[in-house]
Amino acid sequence: MSGEEFVPLSLTPILIGTFAAIACALPGNFLLLRRQALIGDAISHVVLPGIVVAFLLTGAISAWPMMLGAAGASVVAVILIEAIRRLGRIEPGAAMGVVFTTMFAGGVLLLEQTDTSNVHLDVEHALYGNLESLIWLDAVGWSSLLDAQALAHLPVELPRIAATLVCVAMFIGVFWRALKISTFDEGFARTMGIRVNALGMALVIVAAIAAVAAFDAVGSIIVIAMFICPPAAARMMTNRLEAQVAWSIVFATISAVVGYVLAGYGPLWLGAFDAVSAAGMIATVSGIILALAAKFGPCRSRTGAPMTA
Amino acid sequence: MVYEALTLQLGYNATLVAIGATLLGISAGVTGTFLFLRKRALVSDAVSHATLPGVCLAFLLMAALGGDGRDLIGLLLGSALSAGIGLWCLNWLTRNTRLAEDAAIGAVLSVFFGFGVVLLTVIQTLGIGKQAGLEGFLLGSTAGMLWEDAVIIAGGGMATLMLILLLRRPMILVAFDAEYAAAQGISVSRVDMMMMGLVMAVTVVGLKIVGLILIVALLIIPAVTARFWTERSEYVVLLAGLSGGLAAYLGAALSATAPNLPTGPIIVLMSFALFALSLFFAPNRGVLAAVMRHIRFQRRVHLRQGLLALAQSQPIYEKLTLRLLRRAGFVRPDGVATEAGRARAAKALRDEKRWEIVRADQTHEAAAALYDGLREIETVMTKDQIAEIDRRIGAPSEVLA
Repeated sequence: MSGEEFVPLSLTPILIGTFAAIACALPGNFLLLRRQALIGDAISHVVLPGIVVAFLLTGAISAWPMMLGAAGASVVAVILIEAIRRLGRIEPGAAMGVVFTTMFAGGVLLLEQTDTSNVHLDVEHALYGNLESLIWLDAVGWSSLLDAQALAHLPVELPRIAATLVCVAMFIGVFWRALKISTFDEGFARTMGIRVNALGMALVIVAAIAAVAAFDAVGSIIVIAMFICPPAAARMMTNRLEAQVAWSIVFATISAVVGYVLAGYGPLWLGAFDAVSAAGMIATVSGIILALAAKFGPCRSRTGAPMTA
Repeated sequence: MVYEALTLQLGYNATLVAIGATLLGISAGVTGTFLFLRKRALVSDAVSHATLPGVCLAFLLMAALGGDGRDLIGLLLGSALSAGIGLWCLNWLTRNTRLAEDAAIGAVLSVFFGFGVVLLTVIQTLGIGKQAGLEGFLLGSTAGMLWEDAVIIAGGGMATLMLILLLRRPMILVAFDAEYAAAQGISVSRVDMMMMGLVMAVTVVGLKIVGLILIVALLIIPAVTARFWTERSEYVVLLAGLSGGLAAYLGAALSATAPNLPTGPIIVLMSFALFALSLFFAPNRGVLAAVMRHIRFQRRVHLRQGLLALAQSQPIYEKLTLRLLRRAGFVRPDGVATEAGRARAAKALRDEKRWEIVRADQTHEAAAALYDGLREIETVMTKDQIAEIDRRIGAPSEVLA
């Protein structure tokens, strides 16, 4: 594989996929430990109505209104879930199920009712994303990485997801101690003066930001898979949070790179001509990693924990 | 148009789809109740997403064998198989690893769905996907459904319902109180397995109508809706079936009236409308009932405090208290107590004193625990007891100089 071919066609999708995977896996670690793993699932469903409403309001496919719409929809969803849970005294899982399915159904209905024939907006796109199309046409080889003019034409998703990754990493880094303590021992965290509820809400919002940014680039499957699979696999490898986060980053990176390569080049090796869905393949690879970790990981079993959990 | 749709006069297929959807809605509502009461509502989300690879593999297999890849029975069998595998993975992950159930649900859901999407793109690149219409399984599509397919769905809905009728007793018992059921000699794990089998059946039958992404709504929303109306598990089951069936019927009928109304989302939105109605208007558990309860409580507190203040001739400044006293005819508009007001105030004060005696007396411990400042003493003590207390309080006596 030469640089002339690799850099324009594969480098940017791989980088975008990797950044998106890591941006989701980082908050995913904490969500997993706090038993809120399905927040990612819920968010990735509710962004659809947000995006459709943003499109209806602006009449164009442009990134910022859609991101805002998606973020707004996730906030609405979180508030609705909380409201239904409290008002109706319903268990959180069911409240979540009520909200995200309804919002998704509303999004689909809106989408069907509007004329989107001249723009690229449909449910499939929202689900699978379009990682393969994020190519860097101005690149001619590795040398383009130093060429300011070519760099100016990078797909806009790349800097956006990179910025999101930096924000997420900074949030985790700054609040590391507070997050760690409040995740493992909420009561102790409260006595230390950590504002546990605000922190939990902030974590969900950061997760939503990561999900929305990743969703824009790679579709919702990767978002759900990356929120859960790499942290879950990492959890089987270690008992220490620092190591778990590190493992999850490694697993997310492997999933993204191997998944993309398998999707893009695997069929060619098998003699077929067309690539398969990269988003789906990345999710599949992360699943295989999780399966291996669950089978052979050194800390896979619940040692010392009650078996009834 | 809407009237014709609701009375099933829009053609044979639309009628069959509506009937099938109704049966499916009832089965889904009932099955979902068991899941909901077991607090495992979101397991169905994993099961439904896990059907996708099975559908695709079944299509590929049938196409490879030279048959028609669209044969619905084959596709549904494939989906059931992969949903079963997904469920097994889910159970294995929760039982044998340290992952909690929600993480296992998310993992199974995303990985199976991702793999299914890979297979979908494989089918597309093979150039046989266009006519397959497998995308219809994601969101359901009843438009242009074949007569045979409609029969299969109506039959499947009927069969699932029959199965539920057969299995209802142990499932209600386990859903309501698993420990008690186990003590009665019912194998909880086997009942759980049957429940999951029903979830799979509902999912598979619902694939064509509602689609695999939204079928979970049919399992969760009716159960949650029904829970608002009653505290008895049998009634929850019945009401969930009813609301699920109603939502599915309305949704399927309405979606037949216009080309741009996809069946699945309409059914889901219908069921959410029923849910929202219940959330606000259900007696006892509904929001409106809670607000009314709060207002009634507030009024009782204000009235009580107002009467006590009247009895001790303290001035009342609180506007709500004054308004309530005025409306009850206890004070005149200028704030002076009426005859009735003085009588009630005196009784309130005496009741307060009676309670004081009751609470100071060890033998009335149980009754004293019920004191909250509002309860009428007549509701917890007998006439004789009250008379005894009054004797202890004594009558007003002359003040000696």
